[in-house]
Amino acid sequence: MNIQYLKTDFLVVGGGTAGTMAGIKAKQASPESDVLILEKANIRRSGAIAMGMDGVNTAVIPGNSTPEQYVREITIANDGIVNQKAVYETGRLGFSVIQELESWGVKFQKDHEGNYDLKQVHRVGKYVLPMPEGKDLKKILARQVKRHKVNVTNRVMATRVMVQNGRVTGAVGLDVRNGNMVVIQAKAVVLCTGACGRLGLPASGYLYGTYENPTNAGDGYSMAYHAGAELTNIECFQINPLIKDYNGPACAYVASPFGAYTANAEGHRFINCDYWSGQMMLEVYKELHSGKGPVHLKMYHLDDDTISEIETILWDNERPSRGRFHEGRGENYRTHGVEMNISEIGLCSGHSASGVWVNERAETTVPGLYAAGDMASVPHNYMIGAFVYGRIAGENAMDYLRDLEHVEPDADFLAAEQARIYAPLNQPDGVPHTQVEYKLRRLVNDYLQPPKSPNNMDIGLQKFVAYEETLGLMGARDPHELMRCMEVHFIRDCAEMAARASLFRKETRWGLYHYRLDYPEKNNEEWFCHVNLKKGDAGHMELFKRPVEPYIVDVDLVEEVYDVAVR
Amino acid sequence: MALTTQRVDVPVIVDESKCLEKCNACIEVCPLDVLVKNPETGKAYMKYDECWFCLPCEKECPTGAITVQIPFLLR
Repeated sequence: MNIQYLKTDFLVVGGGTAGTMAGIKAKQASPESDVLILEKANIRRSGAIAMGMDGVNTAVIPGNSTPEQYVREITIANDGIVNQKAVYETGRLGFSVIQELESWGVKFQKDHEGNYDLKQVHRVGKYVLPMPEGKDLKKILARQVKRHKVNVTNRVMATRVMVQNGRVTGAVGLDVRNGNMVVIQAKAVVLCTGACGRLGLPASGYLYGTYENPTNAGDGYSMAYHAGAELTNIECFQINPLIKDYNGPACAYVASPFGAYTANAEGHRFINCDYWSGQMMLEVYKELHSGKGPVHLKMYHLDDDTISEIETILWDNERPSRGRFHEGRGENYRTHGVEMNISEIGLCSGHSASGVWVNERAETTVPGLYAAGDMASVPHNYMIGAFVYGRIAGENAMDYLRDLEHVEPDADFLAAEQARIYAPLNQPDGVPHTQVEYKLRRLVNDYLQPPKSPNNMDIGLQKFVAYEETLGLMGARDPHELMRCMEVHFIRDCAEMAARASLFRKETRWGLYHYRLDYPEKNNEEWFCHVNLKKGDAGHMELFKRPVEPYIVDVDLVEEVYDVAVR
Repeated sequence: MALTTQRVDVPVIVDESKCLEKCNACIEVCPLDVLVKNPETGKAYMKYDECWFCLPCEKECPTGAITVQIPFLLR
């Protein structure tokens, strides 16, 4: 195993939705600069949208909605704990992102008069724009990356961000094919590594049967933490209502505009809005425990043509293996509801609000370190938000780094990281990463799955802290297994953060996402704030309250309670 | 540590009669990097039990040699 040294002006870690856009926008802003995307898979098919996407969920299109209306909607859905300025940018810049994607060949659904065919899935506004031909989205982005002369290094997984003298100076990674350690000097870095989708263990017991692309193991959450950046709202978990066992979307966002809806076993509605929120998840939880479960996505009342259209959209994009899953069980949308279940927990700001703290300029709290996409703390940001924040990060970073010089890496830091990465290779007969990961994620289910109980979470926390030692037992036989071992390190960090943040916030908020049995009510007097955490000077995790930034759009949170129950 | 090898039913099935020895299409697009070539036969196979049943390997195979099943535990 050798060490490979690279140098770039701007390093993009992760080549998914946010990362490809960050690279492209950085080159558009500064064509003479060197920009490198580091990707652990291959950017043609990587990230959350590896197989494309069937629609965008946060499209603010002039004439249909306004950024102010969108900010109000997300503020209410996220129980008031938002940096409105950051949410506003998604509304303000989303349309120009859509126009640019169209100029690259991405197709969005339009009606007979050529207007965008927006659908209402949120409680009030119409922000869902179908992309029935969205299966080649990732290939189109990869083509634009090449056209903009952004450099790409595939199959290298970043493991640590380098910070020297209070600013970011690059990153260290592992080549997952040849096992080389890769050291990249950079003047600015954006982390776009997606969700922590491998935190809880799916009920199927299959480690990779997750909602998120399982490559997204919380890499960026962990790397940002070790770089000294603040993370926020970690206790606001991602929990989704998914197809039981398959663990993918059913998907009401696509089907409900056609007349489908979520129903209990009696076929009755119990929620009046299918938009994913903690409040909605709490209603699903209650229904499942009411004796009226299981719950299902009901389509069998629709006519045959409508169902065929839904099938075409669902089985060609995002998760195309859904069709063969149903077929294998002899089930059909015409005769069967799609049985749904509550997923295991994850961290993902794209769907909820847990992420690395960023402001409206995509800046983390470490100079030169940016974050975008599912791992950056702009609530309910989805794919459009990832594009917008990739763009903001790319443009701002090029401005920031203009007069900066590269810094020689710290030899002690590199030696320590080298020892950490390769430790499992020195003991090929150590415990396989699969077992170490399985047990860790099973403990996450046992102690962190809501509703949350303080004593359980305390036990969980102790186990996650002690697990640091367990990680030292792992053995690996090749670079691929080494990659998985390093991912288990990321997952452990996220589990500890999830336990500590959940114990810190002594109230219930965001419906099921942070439902504490010992504090079952919302307490705005003490907890109308973010819970942030960071690595303190002594190397321990520190938690603290961060005030909510003053609102720029008025919202009456007393009047506007987010309630989707059908009573 | 004492170790044993467990047999696992894997989701990615490769029809070796169609798989091209000099083609790497499926290996290059797999997000989880679970596919490799058998060095003796030059045919692709699923080496690591880490499949997300996402289908790029199947869609990008030029000869239709690959079939992805839903993993047994989820089927």
